[in-house]
Amino acid sequence: MSDHEYTPKSKFGKWFNDRLPLLTLASHLTDYPTPKNLNYWWTFGGILTFCLITQIVTGLVLAMHYIAHADMAFDSVEHIMRNVNYGWLIRYIHANGASMFFLAVYIHIFRSLFYGSYKSPREIIWIIGIIIYLLMMAAAFLGYVLPWGQMSFWGATVITNLFSAIPLVGEGIVTWLWGGYSVDNPTLTRFFTLHYLIPFLILGLVVLHIWALHVPGNNNPVGIDIKKPSKDTVPFHPYIVIKDGFALLMFMIVFAFFVFYTPNILGHADNYIEANPLVTPAHIVPEWYLLPFYAILRSVPDKLLGVVAMLSAILILAALPWLDTSKIRSAVFRPLYRQFYWILVADVLILGYVGAMPAEGLYLLVARVATAYYFLHFLVVLPILGYKEKTLPVPLSITEPVLGGSPNLALAKNKENFKD
Amino acid sequence: MKNFLRIFLITSLVFGLSVKSNSAEKIEYLTTDWSFKGLFGKFDRGALQRGYQVYTEVCSSCHSMKYLSYRNLAEKGGPEFSIAEAKAIAASFEVTDGPNDDGEMFTRPGKLSDKFVMPYDNVKAAQAANGGAYPPDMSVLVKARGGGVDYIYSLLQGYEDPPVGMNLDDGVYYNKYMYGNKIKMANQLSDGLVEYGDGTTASVEQMSKDVTTFLMWAAEPHLESRHQMGFKAIVYLIILTILVYFSMKKIWSRIETEI
Repeated sequence: MSDHEYTPKSKFGKWFNDRLPLLTLASHLTDYPTPKNLNYWWTFGGILTFCLITQIVTGLVLAMHYIAHADMAFDSVEHIMRNVNYGWLIRYIHANGASMFFLAVYIHIFRSLFYGSYKSPREIIWIIGIIIYLLMMAAAFLGYVLPWGQMSFWGATVITNLFSAIPLVGEGIVTWLWGGYSVDNPTLTRFFTLHYLIPFLILGLVVLHIWALHVPGNNNPVGIDIKKPSKDTVPFHPYIVIKDGFALLMFMIVFAFFVFYTPNILGHADNYIEANPLVTPAHIVPEWYLLPFYAILRSVPDKLLGVVAMLSAILILAALPWLDTSKIRSAVFRPLYRQFYWILVADVLILGYVGAMPAEGLYLLVARVATAYYFLHFLVVLPILGYKEKTLPVPLSITEPVLGGSPNLALAKNKENFKD
Repeated sequence: MKNFLRIFLITSLVFGLSVKSNSAEKIEYLTTDWSFKGLFGKFDRGALQRGYQVYTEVCSSCHSMKYLSYRNLAEKGGPEFSIAEAKAIAASFEVTDGPNDDGEMFTRPGKLSDKFVMPYDNVKAAQAANGGAYPPDMSVLVKARGGGVDYIYSLLQGYEDPPVGMNLDDGVYYNKYMYGNKIKMANQLSDGLVEYGDGTTASVEQMSKDVTTFLMWAAEPHLESRHQMGFKAIVYLIILTILVYFSMKKIWSRIETEI
């Protein structure tokens, strides 16, 4: 932001801007030089902002009608669905919005992994992102408890019980979290409070995330540092705004399809049965977006170690900028990393699948192998790959591959492969 | 792209194998031509009204529908009884109200604003009357079962003699679609059990279809407006997307690059 000179035209604008430089900020955001070769995988940042705002706005309206009480929560959700004007619409947007949010965040994260966006000088952006992701999972879990259905209740019981694995103080912590000796009304009211709080923490972190992004500027599919502004960049407005807008609209079509035509497909039928502490569901499963971590948790026979494995699976991402020793950012120029990247994608998908299945027999075996591979990828493959891999020559500027006619054949071929 | 395909193949192979090992336990539910499925799906008014009749005459002696009010019966997108009909239906039920100025509870004929009258005072009373099993509330039953409408439709027609060697306790019945095949509800439907006002033959299949349609509406009373609004919303979004696409092309044509 520091390299930006801006003087408002009007006298009042100048007077105001001298006291609070909002206009300078607006001008910075409009002119922000962005690499012109960003592909559609880069539009998910904007899409995620849209998701967050949607969740906050629909959530506010729901909170006006929802009653956080163990005896009334389920009834109040049905009241919203039946009697509140367009309550069904707002609730289905909020419930499916959570899934769409995670869909977008997973694409966003895997885009970073492919193009090495977490590497120097963008480590702080990445770590803030991981914190946002953790908070998103917390918010989603807390929100899933609020309708007070069977999966809400038993999901809350299973997840809060994980804390009992902590030696010595574990049981005490669980009682403290519950506000009693089982998941009950005090648990519901505090979960509601926290579910209301976390999105605003996320919003604050998103501001930091974008601020940190605007210091070095965007990474790009070629993964090289670019001069800003230059022939390689375009101003954010109108070029990126219209492109993000186009991608967002496509995303909204998918979103609308879920909301209007299959609003319950991503949820579990048991959550339309009111919570009953005396009846345990046959299979307790979390929402789809938490399944890979659920699979990791269950693949370890020891409870404490399982919890440690699950947490490490997320926290290991924060160390990624230092685990990946390669100087080259983009997987376009890393033929071996590219293979391992896709294996990791498959590995996570498999973990998600076995997470939804009962932890026995073949499923358990597959879950264990996939868990082991997940950690192997980050702790062994990535550090070694940085030293051993023979990378392809990297162009000097992004204008070279973008305009085509590159003298480098391998590069031209790769361009074919990744023109999405 | 090539890598992506390769990974896709590997994952689907793994999934395929695990699904195959699982398929032995799966049962196929019966299904029928549900009018409310699809982009323009709407409820069949006749089926909803007949379904309400089956519910009142058969199911409602044990199953409550606590989230429905009599006014819902006259609302748009539902069975759409006329207001007069819905008032008459409501008035045919005795509702406990009060306390009055003397502090006494009293009964009066039902009004449109009343909730459906519950068959039992509480869960314990319902269990006591049904051999310990609680007949679930039917307001959202369709959404609370994995197979949805097909499951309910199948279950109603799934009563059979138990296989040889299976011993059933008193008050337990065999149903091939029930989880574990044992159900505490006896077979309720038999041909001609109710007499439909519109002359439709009340076969077991017809009654199952009608009452399941009614339950679907009970669980999703705004399904019709959801479908209508969804179609408009998606058409609007598609048109806007196309317009924005061409604007984008135009704007980016100033830059020497592909998008």
